[in-house]
Amino acid sequence: MGSALLETRHLHRSFGGVHAVKDVSMKVRTGTIKAVIGPNGAGKTTLFNLIAGTTTPQRGEVLFRDKPITTWKPHAIAAMGIARTFQTTKLFPHMTVQENVMVGRHPRTHSGFLAGMLNLPCTWREDRETQTRATEILADLGLASYACETASNLSFGRQRLVEFARALATEPALLLLDEPAAGLNIYETQELSRLILRIRDRGVTCLIVEHDMSLVMDISDEVLVLDQGQKIAEGPPAQIQRDPDVIRIYLGDDHA
Amino acid sequence: MMRLRIYYPVLAVAALVVVLHIVLAASGNTYYMTQITMSAYYALVVIGLCLLMGYAGQISLGHAGFFAIGGYTVAVLTTCNLTSVRETPAIGLLRSLGLLVQWQDLYGREILSFQPWLAFLAAMLLTVLIALVIGLPVIRLKGHYLAMATLGFGLIIYRTVLGAKTFGQADGISNVPAFGLVGSLQVNGRAPFRVQNYYIAWVAVLAAMVLSLNLIHSRVGRALRSIHQSEEAAHSLGIDTYRYKLATFILSALFAAVGGALLTHYNGSIGPSEATVIKSVRYVAIVAVGGMDNLWGAMIMGVLLNFLSLRGVFGSFDDAVFGAILIGVMIFAPQGLLRVPRLRAVTSLLPRRSHG
Repeated sequence: MGSALLETRHLHRSFGGVHAVKDVSMKVRTGTIKAVIGPNGAGKTTLFNLIAGTTTPQRGEVLFRDKPITTWKPHAIAAMGIARTFQTTKLFPHMTVQENVMVGRHPRTHSGFLAGMLNLPCTWREDRETQTRATEILADLGLASYACETASNLSFGRQRLVEFARALATEPALLLLDEPAAGLNIYETQELSRLILRIRDRGVTCLIVEHDMSLVMDISDEVLVLDQGQKIAEGPPAQIQRDPDVIRIYLGDDHA
Repeated sequence: MMRLRIYYPVLAVAALVVVLHIVLAASGNTYYMTQITMSAYYALVVIGLCLLMGYAGQISLGHAGFFAIGGYTVAVLTTCNLTSVRETPAIGLLRSLGLLVQWQDLYGREILSFQPWLAFLAAMLLTVLIALVIGLPVIRLKGHYLAMATLGFGLIIYRTVLGAKTFGQADGISNVPAFGLVGSLQVNGRAPFRVQNYYIAWVAVLAAMVLSLNLIHSRVGRALRSIHQSEEAAHSLGIDTYRYKLATFILSALFAAVGGALLTHYNGSIGPSEATVIKSVRYVAIVAVGGMDNLWGAMIMGVLLNFLSLRGVFGSFDDAVFGAILIGVMIFAPQGLLRVPRLRAVTSLLPRRSHG
């Protein structure tokens, strides 16, 4: 196992009286797939939002490549190399699929207001590269034939793939996937797990929040179990499956 | 990319402008050009507001305020009479730098005031500053709250120009000199300058269109549209949504101020009616009629509706007409009037033929 790409230290966030995330410390090692599981309301998505910068923690730290990014805004975190997808797909509905992915190139390109308004020649090359890159990514995910389609016209499963493509366009070192299999049928889920493995093999570390146990156990190198905001267990899938605490949370006390 | 395609409509409109000139000249109606020129300057406000509303997705009910800031700044600086303090060293220095100009007003009084180009620069600078100071807190707001905050800004500007002696209170400021551009070209509302000003105004509008079209087709334009469609996703993809919204707010304020400054030179005056909230609502209504995210629609409607209004077609119901337009567009054509209607939408209204 490599070194830790992402680390959280005693992360804490409550909403009103509810402790959504309570003293969670964990590490995501470079080049691995880590899954975060737990019952509904366990604080999985809050943990994601704390890492991605959409929510700020009340206590604790988030470190990316050993650098604290705790209070950073989402756009700065994205520029650092953390990309995410959303539980409910958030594409830009009136843009084409290609344009959606082109927006993903934003943190890797530079032309500003003035250069854009004056249509300076230096923006032409950058724009061409943005287009080429988007086309490559779409082709890679088998979406080439949908490039010119308006995003909202795509089926649910394909919209999710476009969201993947868009996140990959930012050239992330870490990809946060919030319930990527939600709403997908069994074939689509299989396709998805192959895709996630392929992304990992290219060196993109993945952190996944997921309900689908088969997906989690098949592809992840490590699993983190949360319950009521707290870390219950952490380890390889085989070990998690035998963990009495985890079994109790999922199946009730009698089975432990 | 070159994207020459996006410039074709610019050439088409330029050709139309020339044709319109010929038609007006042939029919002896060249006096229409005066209102067309004025409408073109109002269209600048609408183009800027279209960038803010249609592309960045942020509303402003205070754009008449920015128009007024542009107009009043040039009016004050080009009409303030420094003759009484001309012997002071500071004024002497400004004169030796060529920043002041000596001229005679309508009544033959000697007036020593700032050069129009200097006043213009000052107006733009002041607009950027005010837009920045207002925008910094306000642009964090969303929806109704942003609308209300910008409305408040518009009201402040209106009451300020109405109340302050410097701004002429209810009378406004008149006697604003012409704005010499290059050679004999000048922004001047007198009849002998009618034709050249018709073209000056259209060059300004088409230049604004080219800049805006370039922007919306650029990386920044994509980012703006993405903010409009899903701010959270845009933010997560590395777009500094706050900065982009603020920059667009300032940019559209600048467009409004340019319109205000040039129209003030053209009219030779500006009054508090230019700063009213009703005017701001009018600009919003025109952007809506044009189709929100449709720069050409905004520009065409901006010229057309202002022209009709200035010609007095709407009579004393002028403001009521714009209110009605806003309501009508929201209910019947939220996509604007110029959106090509989809054939399917039309045919779906026809009774279906049943298959036996």
